[in-house]
Amino acid sequence: MPDYAWPDAQHRTLIGTRVTRVDSPAKVSGQAKYTYDVHRPGMLYGKVLRCPYAHAKVVSIDTSAAEKMPGVKAVHIVQGPGANIHWAGDDIVAVAAVDEPTAEDAIRAIKVKFQQLPHLVSDAEPPKGSAQEEGPLSVDAIDDMLDNQVPANQMVSTIQRDGLVKKASEDELKMLKADGATDAVLEAIGSATIHPEASSKPPSNYQKAAAQTLGEPDKAFAEADVVSEGLYGIPVITHCCLESHGSISEWTDQEHLFTHISTQNVSGIPGQMAEPLKIPATNIRVHQDNIGGGFGSKFSPDRWGIFTAEVSKKAGGKPVRVMLERDTELKVAGARPSAYARVKVAAKKDGTVVAWQSNSWGTGGPGGGGMPPIPYVFNIPNQRQEHTAIRNNIGPARAWRAPNHPQAAVLTMCALDDLAAKLNMDPVEFFGKNLNLTKQRENIYREELGIASELMGWKQKWHPRGQAPSDGMVRGVGVSFHTWGGRGHASDCDLTIHPDGSVDLKMGTQDLGTGTRTCILMVAADTLGIPMDAIQLQIGDTTYPPSGGSGGSTTIGGVTSSTRRAAVDARDALFAKVAPALSVQPDQLECVNGKVSVKGDSSHSLSWKEACSKLGAMPLTVRGKNPDKSKPPDLTNSGVGGVQMAEVEVDTDTGIVKVKKMVAVQDCGLVIDIKTAEGQCYGALIMGISYALFEEKVMDPATGRMLNADMQFYRLAGFSDIPELVVHMMTGKGYDERGVIVLGEPPVESPGAAISNEVAHAKGVRVPFLPLTPDRVLAALEQKAGA
Amino acid sequence: MRDDDENPKVPNENSESSGVSRRDFLKISGISVAVPLVAGPKMVMAAGQEVPVYGPGKVPMEFAINGKNYKANLEPRVTLLDALRDQFELTGAKRVCDRAECGACTVLMDNKTVYSCSVLAIEAQHKPIATVESLMQDGKLHPVQQAFVENDGSQCGFCTPGFVVSCKAFLDKHPHPTPEDIRRGLSGNLCRCGTYDGIRKAIAHVAQKGA
Repeated sequence: MPDYAWPDAQHRTLIGTRVTRVDSPAKVSGQAKYTYDVHRPGMLYGKVLRCPYAHAKVVSIDTSAAEKMPGVKAVHIVQGPGANIHWAGDDIVAVAAVDEPTAEDAIRAIKVKFQQLPHLVSDAEPPKGSAQEEGPLSVDAIDDMLDNQVPANQMVSTIQRDGLVKKASEDELKMLKADGATDAVLEAIGSATIHPEASSKPPSNYQKAAAQTLGEPDKAFAEADVVSEGLYGIPVITHCCLESHGSISEWTDQEHLFTHISTQNVSGIPGQMAEPLKIPATNIRVHQDNIGGGFGSKFSPDRWGIFTAEVSKKAGGKPVRVMLERDTELKVAGARPSAYARVKVAAKKDGTVVAWQSNSWGTGGPGGGGMPPIPYVFNIPNQRQEHTAIRNNIGPARAWRAPNHPQAAVLTMCALDDLAAKLNMDPVEFFGKNLNLTKQRENIYREELGIASELMGWKQKWHPRGQAPSDGMVRGVGVSFHTWGGRGHASDCDLTIHPDGSVDLKMGTQDLGTGTRTCILMVAADTLGIPMDAIQLQIGDTTYPPSGGSGGSTTIGGVTSSTRRAAVDARDALFAKVAPALSVQPDQLECVNGKVSVKGDSSHSLSWKEACSKLGAMPLTVRGKNPDKSKPPDLTNSGVGGVQMAEVEVDTDTGIVKVKKMVAVQDCGLVIDIKTAEGQCYGALIMGISYALFEEKVMDPATGRMLNADMQFYRLAGFSDIPELVVHMMTGKGYDERGVIVLGEPPVESPGAAISNEVAHAKGVRVPFLPLTPDRVLAALEQKAGA
Repeated sequence: MRDDDENPKVPNENSESSGVSRRDFLKISGISVAVPLVAGPKMVMAAGQEVPVYGPGKVPMEFAINGKNYKANLEPRVTLLDALRDQFELTGAKRVCDRAECGACTVLMDNKTVYSCSVLAIEAQHKPIATVESLMQDGKLHPVQQAFVENDGSQCGFCTPGFVVSCKAFLDKHPHPTPEDIRRGLSGNLCRCGTYDGIRKAIAHVAQKGA
């Protein structure tokens, strides 16, 4: 059996080193092509008329004037009379025209009558007694649980207890399986009781989404020495991908569609377009060279991806481009659910945490959404949680880099930090004392906490809360912990060695800017023993072997595992052809630096090119797969830990918060490329500063519309907001041998909590909700002064 | 729907001298009266002077981009960014906010950085324009680009071309910037992946070596 295991540190040439991103030259020179840059011959420009109301019924549509306009090639009603619209900005009519100005004029010429209906866009605390009891589950609710990484056994018991609203269709089961539902979960869905009456009941805006009790919380609170209570929260924010969502679709004949689409899920797109377009998935080709940001919001073709293809059909198959405008991107193309909670936590005098109670709520838009995994990281022995999901008209939620974890980190770490303050304990000492509650990752967190404290200079910077020396500017430090599951997604690839020595690798994956291309090439080159630039890598097309969507940070695990297996098999097959020429057995050969030689005897060798010529006339192609139980070991793993610390300065006159320094200490198992891994952490810290200080999707209760759907008032962190950043990747023993785990998501989970904690530390007062804007900071200070 | 949009057949002879308002244009278009799609300016009297008025149809335009001449028939409302991207296949500059907030569309006009999403193509005529595509010479990256590569100044890369142009212009003006200069000078570009740290290192790298 060939040895597929990751080579140890002595036997690696590239894996675990610092390699520069391979696609950078194309990106810095403007040569890299994105979906938005694709200009197909005869391409038409699509525009969409959108509903201006948060909740409305379409009464009538008159497109006659638009249809007569010169240059207009297709008019397509997406949601016709009678349709109920649940958020402002939803698609009503699409047009395609010879250029963009003409398409815009055509949209203005369409008349639509709406009947406005009452809307709710608030996610404020639900009125007492308003929440509906948990009822039978919808497929969406089960999918939410998968997104939230609810353990399979818990899902099974919930499904058995609550039943389903209706029987799940074959397609829905397939979708759930693709989203990670285990066989046990699928079986539970199949045998669940069906409650058809539940679907006819008008749903309340407020629904009890979870209630659970562990241990004996009442007793634990009564016996505790110190109890701390607080209100914490984190609002809805948007993904704000710089390349907006959209696609260019054309019919190459009546039955075949070619789509360029901005997606995190190249291989998964045809399967989602086939049914609505009524053609087999195999007739749909999808291509994408580069993607300008996804962050969890680009897994589906979306309704606009489907109607772009339909509009193209109406326009005689001509290519039609629909890319969302910036305001639409912010309004409808992605939002992270909010989470708020009243939390009570208790400890013994020595700092041992004994009990947790939370009443939480939040919205994920029309779907409501689930409870974040609280208490987070720390498995407090006695707990009681209740969560109310708010269904409202703000637009749909989407997975946002580490779904539910940033929310959980804020609700948990801020509450625990306040408890530490009440105990008069240094948070590092307090959290350190409770690390046994993190169970199997205790040692990782302990090591990381020590390193982070050193890198931050925590001992010198920490002072009891609110006792900062103040001259109008006060400083503070904060800490947070986070985790993520991970593992590698399903991934196939074809590696071909040609008789002339050239090598190509094809895989239907995508590179979100996370370094996917670079990591694939590093693994292939390291395994084959040739330079990275000797391998031609082709990704981003459905004509290549399928590879999973880039979600849950499972890409690097998946693509490196399939690449490793393909490269080992290809190398060994080549050695079998070459061995006779060197009069040895194949297993006595090795390839290093492009030279195939007898192990321990470099005088017996062939150049790579000479070796490949032994293949004869035909190239050698092997398929690598992940997972592949026939080719052990599993090269991936699950579960990582990270610790982050932040230092801030608060101007008590203006309320402005400035982050001065952030430290991220991150474990991700075996690191393939240290350089791009660090890049992920730097980026996550910056994204974290952005949502901690600035980002919020602000909804107008009167009109139901988003008030800041542009990049001036939906503020992202800019150059002047970036402090000193320190990133430390955990490597070596205890990390490398666990295999490739995850990275994209974990480091973005903690910054909100760490920054909130440092502000609390600096000012001696908790600003309950993110973002920590000057008005919120001043309000909290005033409240403290008045208390 | 008509098919005559690409080859206008009716010349502009009979319009009134005041030009056609957008509202009139829509009305006329709606009833399928042919309107001129490429036309020279009409002269109107405004504040005692003769002023040329272009449009609302397409107008012939000429540009000087990256040292080459480009021609196109465009409506006066088309931005420089859309002209670059949709007419001339120069797609390095990106359309992101489309209203001068994010800097992804940054190009040089008269050797100064501009947000090309907020410059009308008709006003950019005959002014020297340089896009990110002009920075590479003989297949070799510009030192600023090379520094971006080495210091990992891009992730998804969608903001990168705008940032590269801004950084090049900034370093031309401030060859030895202080950290404060950098913070202020590059605040006009935004990144979502959070590549500022790599870009900051890239600038320091070039400033140290000299571009």
